[in-house]
Amino acid sequence: MAFKPKVPGLVKGLGVTLNTLMTTVTKGANTVQYPHEKEAPPIRARGVIALREDNCTSCMLCARSCPDWCIYIEGHKELAPPRRAGGAPRKVNKLDRFDIDYALCMYCGICVEVCPFDALFWSPEYEYSEPKIADLLHDKTKLGEWMETVPEAPELEAGADKKGKK
Amino acid sequence: MSLAIVIPYWGLSLLRVLGGIVAVLLPAGTIVYLFLFKMMSFMQSRLGPMEAGPYGSMQLFAEVGKWLQKEDIMPERADKSIFKIAPLIVLSSTFLLIAVVPFGPDAWFTNFEAGVFYMLAVSSISVLGILIAGWSSANKYSLLGGLRAAGQLIAYELPMVLAVVGVVIQAGTMNLQQIVVVQNSGAIFGWHGLGNPYILTQFIGFGVFMIAVQAELTQAPFDMPIAESELVSGYMTEYSGFRFLIFFIAEFATAGVFALIASVLFLGGWGIPFEWFGWHVTGATGIDGVANWMNVVGPLIMFTKMMLLVFVIMWVRFSYPRFREDQLQRFAWKVLIPLSLVNIMATSILKVVF
Repeated sequence: MAFKPKVPGLVKGLGVTLNTLMTTVTKGANTVQYPHEKEAPPIRARGVIALREDNCTSCMLCARSCPDWCIYIEGHKELAPPRRAGGAPRKVNKLDRFDIDYALCMYCGICVEVCPFDALFWSPEYEYSEPKIADLLHDKTKLGEWMETVPEAPELEAGADKKGKK
Repeated sequence: MSLAIVIPYWGLSLLRVLGGIVAVLLPAGTIVYLFLFKMMSFMQSRLGPMEAGPYGSMQLFAEVGKWLQKEDIMPERADKSIFKIAPLIVLSSTFLLIAVVPFGPDAWFTNFEAGVFYMLAVSSISVLGILIAGWSSANKYSLLGGLRAAGQLIAYELPMVLAVVGVVIQAGTMNLQQIVVVQNSGAIFGWHGLGNPYILTQFIGFGVFMIAVQAELTQAPFDMPIAESELVSGYMTEYSGFRFLIFFIAEFATAGVFALIASVLFLGGWGIPFEWFGWHVTGATGIDGVANWMNVVGPLIMFTKMMLLVFVIMWVRFSYPRFREDQLQRFAWKVLIPLSLVNIMATSILKVVF
């Protein structure tokens, strides 16, 4: 007979399951009871992308580098008064439309990395699912609202600003 | 037993039918909720369904509702009439089995003299249902599941039968009601305090019977026919909606009924030792010596014993990995059958000697 059951192991196995049963009954489960309890995501978690409209110059780098083409940008230039008297009027960008389609977004973060003006930020917010897919297109205002949930940038490590040997 | 009102025969038959339905479905529902949803989850350190009803108690009704509203799909090349009838065959064997289980001194559905024989014969009907379910599904993997099931279930019928033979020899009767009476009015070395539950003398038979029951129900570690990660659901793959619900309910109802039968054969059934109340069932009065309120308490006692045995069955199910088909067959033919034959020999010798 090729199969020889090892009885102490069999009994120990039963003991393990009974132990877990008793632990769950007395001390509670190991799982988080969503939606009554929520686990805090880590600070750098990729939940949603927020837009800081002041910094955006419509350079289109994010829209071009998005693998899914989910960012829609339209803007125009306006003239602002010069900074000093006697100067030339400055051309300032005004965003007409900046939409991110979260039905397409794959949370790769290339747009956040590539933006040269720090206009896009990651936020750990994840509870924004909608019954209608069309509502997943977040427009400029909504993306601006997500800025409130963006956490403070973490402290640099000690010695990070010193130049070291290369 | 004399009742205050006279119930005509058709009324009694109706009561029996209703009682049978309750006796099958109530344990099935309790087992599914308590053990499948809750105990399995607790053993995996999670809480199980908690949203439907307090502590998830209405989850079973939610599941039933969900399955009922699903589309009834039949594969195009399936054998239509056999496909439809297969789940009903499996469920019918459960209802036929419950007919012979006694719940109290007068609370029984049928009182066959050959109750044990009937029980063992009828429990084999579900094998047919499973086999034709797999075969008529027009699906290679279902067929494999059905064939594995047939092999396994037939192989484990024998140890089950032989284990029960030991009990029959010791009781001297095949009537399940008599077996209960003999156990509860018996004595261990002259001490009547515990009656004589056959689990003490027939412990080998009890072990073999419980293992055989585990295999008959295709519960892990004997769940090759279902083999979730390999065959989807084995013979149940092509079934959806109400037909799958019948298979599902039948699986747990049969677990409950086999546990009831095991408690009748080995644990003393609906009774607590008669000596505690001074009932004497030997002699002229026979079973009328047992009080009438036992008819109400008996089912409760049976329910408790059944829960205990199903706890053990489910505990083993959630703890062990699966046997391979050849290991399974080897275990049945080379280990369990010789063991139960030795048990029969020992029982017959000791029965004659003592």
